[in-house]
Amino acid sequence: MREELARDERVFVIGEDVGRRGGVFLATDGFIDEFGEDRIIDTPLAESSIAGIALGAAMNGMRPICEIQFADFIWPTFNQLLGEAARARYGTEGKISVPLVARTPYGGGVRGGLYHSQSVEAFFSHSPGLKVVAPATPYDAKGLLKSAVRDDDPVIFLEHKRTYRLVRGEVPDEEYTVPLGEAEVKIKGEHISVITYGLMVHHCIEAARSLAGEGISAEVVDLRTLAPMDRGTVVSSVKKTGKALIVHEDTKTGGVGGEVSAVIAEEAFDYLDGPVVRLAGPDVPAMPFSPPLEAKFMLDTDKIAEAIRKLADY
Amino acid sequence: MAGGDGESNTTMSLDRSTPADLSPDDLVEMYRQMVLCRTLDERLWMLNRQGKAAIVASAQGHEAGQIGSVRALRVGSDHFYTNYRDLAVLLSLGMTPREVLLSFLAKDGERMSGARQFPLHGAYPELGAINLSNVVGTQIPQAVGAALAAKMRGEDTVVIVYFGDGASSTGDCHEAMNFAGIHRLPVIFFCENNGYAISVPRKLQMAVDSVASRAQGYGMPGIVVDGCNITAVYEATSEAARRARSGLGPSLVEAMVERYLPHTSDDDDRRYRAAEEIEEARKRDPLKILKERLEEVGALSETTDQQFHADAKSQVDDATQFAESAPYPSVDGFYDHVYATGLRSGQSP
Repeated sequence: MREELARDERVFVIGEDVGRRGGVFLATDGFIDEFGEDRIIDTPLAESSIAGIALGAAMNGMRPICEIQFADFIWPTFNQLLGEAARARYGTEGKISVPLVARTPYGGGVRGGLYHSQSVEAFFSHSPGLKVVAPATPYDAKGLLKSAVRDDDPVIFLEHKRTYRLVRGEVPDEEYTVPLGEAEVKIKGEHISVITYGLMVHHCIEAARSLAGEGISAEVVDLRTLAPMDRGTVVSSVKKTGKALIVHEDTKTGGVGGEVSAVIAEEAFDYLDGPVVRLAGPDVPAMPFSPPLEAKFMLDTDKIAEAIRKLADY
Repeated sequence: MAGGDGESNTTMSLDRSTPADLSPDDLVEMYRQMVLCRTLDERLWMLNRQGKAAIVASAQGHEAGQIGSVRALRVGSDHFYTNYRDLAVLLSLGMTPREVLLSFLAKDGERMSGARQFPLHGAYPELGAINLSNVVGTQIPQAVGAALAAKMRGEDTVVIVYFGDGASSTGDCHEAMNFAGIHRLPVIFFCENNGYAISVPRKLQMAVDSVASRAQGYGMPGIVVDGCNITAVYEATSEAARRARSGLGPSLVEAMVERYLPHTSDDDDRRYRAAEEIEEARKRDPLKILKERLEEVGALSETTDQQFHADAKSQVDDATQFAESAPYPSVDGFYDHVYATGLRSGQSP
C-alpha cells in the first residue's frame, strides 16, 4: 500500500482507525505521517458510507483503498459494493469505471467468536463485476494488492487474520505484481489435486508434505483470485491427477468449493478417478468463541491430511 | 403542501422576487423548459398506458425544483447525481427529447446505459449526470465521494445530489451528510420532498416538520424552499453553490414539491391518496405559477406561450416517432462491460 500511495497520488486510504491508530491490525501504521490526513482518512463508524464514498471517489478519477475493519462488519456495504459498484460498468455500458479496493481482514482461528471470525467470500464471489482476491502468502499479498490498486474494476481484498502473524515469507523490496485472476500451483503432485485459498493453503501444504512419506503425491492449487476464477489451472491440475479435494474454512453449503466442484464436473469429468470432495467449515452460522468449539469449526493440517488420504485411497 | 418559508409566491412580481442575476428572458427560457418537460412527461405516461413504455416515474409537479436548481449550477463541470424522477434535471442539462424517448422505449442508441437500465439511469458523462441505480438513497454517499475527489484535487466543482423525502430516511443519507459535514465537502443535498414515499405520507416518515431541520445535526445549513417557485429554488441552490465553492461546505436544500401522479406507472395512488388532495396540489402547479408571474410583468404573451406549447408538442411528436421506429439494441454486446478488459462473466482469464 505504501508503495502504491507513493507511486500514484490518486490512491488514498479511507476507513475506521486507519489514521493515527494505523489500523487495528497496523496495516496503515505510519501512513498518516508519510501521506497526511488528506490521503489517510479516518471515518466515522459507518461502513456503508465508507464504501459509498469510496465508490463516488473512484468514479471521479481517484483510486481509493477502503478498509472495512473486520469482514464481519462488511454487511452494511453490501448495497454499495455489490448492488452498486459491481454493476456500475455494466449499468452504464462502460461509461463508468470503479477502480476501488475494499480491504478487509476475515477468517477465524483467532478467538474472534461469531462476529470477528467470519468468511465472506462466497457472497461477493457470486457477483460478476466484482473481483475477489484472497492471498495466502506475504509475497502474493503484496503483488496482488498492487494489481488490485491498479485494476480498473472493484476488488474485494480478503486478508486472513491468522496469516498476519502465523505466516512469514520473503517479500522482495523491488517492484513486482501478481496478476489478478491467476491461480498458482504451490506444490506439484501427481495423485490428487488439493484446491484451496487463504490460510488453508498453508495447512494444505503442510498436509501434502506430511503425506509424501506415505507415497501420496498431492498437488496444492492456490486459487488466489476467487472471482473471476482461474478455471484453466484448476481443470488442468485435475486432468493430470484425476482426483480433486477442495478445502476452505468457510462453511460448506453455497461456498466457493461448490463452484470449483461444478467447474471440475463440467470440464474434467472424463478424467476423474473419484468423487469431487469438499472439506469445508461446518454449516453453523458462524465460528464459536470457546477454544474447543472454535477448534471443532476450524480445519487443520490433520483433518486435511486425513481427507487427502481417504480420497487418494479411493 | 406549502413551502416552509411561509411566503405566498403566486402573486409576487418579478421586480421583488427575481434574483438579480436572472433576467426576465432567463425566466422565460426556464418556463419554456418546463413546458417541454411537462409535454414530454405527459407523452411518456400515455406511452406507458399504450403498453410502449414499460415504466415511468413522472416528474410532473417537480419541474420548478429541478430546473431552478440546475440553473444555479455550472453545466459541464459540476456533477449531478440524479434521482429516478428527474426528467427535468436531465432535460435542462441538455438531454434531448429524442434521447429521452429512446431511454423510455429501451431502444438502440439509448445514451445512459445502452437500454440496460430503467429509463434515465446510468451515466451521461458529457452532462455530468449519473444515476447508477434506483435503490433509494445509494446515490447520496456516492455524491459525497465525488465531492471528496473534487476537494482532494483542488477542483472548483460542486456536486448536487437529488433524492426524495423517502430516501431521507435511509442510513446512507445520514452517513453521507455526516461525513460531508465533517469534511466540509462541496456538495448540495437537494431533497425533492413531495410528501410521499410511494404511499407512506410524511407524518409516517419523520417526527419532525422538515428534512432540512436535520441539517443542524450535521453542521450545515438546511433551508426549506417552495419547490414550485422556480426563483426561490434558484436562489437557495445558488447560495448553497456559493458556500460549496468558497470552501464553507455542504448545504441541505429541501424543495417542497408536489407529486401529481402515482409513484410510478405501476402504482395506484387511489388506494392511499384522496382525489381532493391532488386537486388542491394542482393549484400549486409550478408551470401555472411561473406563467402568471411572467404574464403579470409582460414578459410572456399568450402567443409566445402557445408557441412554446406547439414547439414542445412538435419536438415530442418527432422524438416519439424517432424512438418508435428505432430498433431495439442488438444482443451482440450482451456480455460487454462486465469488467474493464478481457474478462467476461464465467470465462477464464
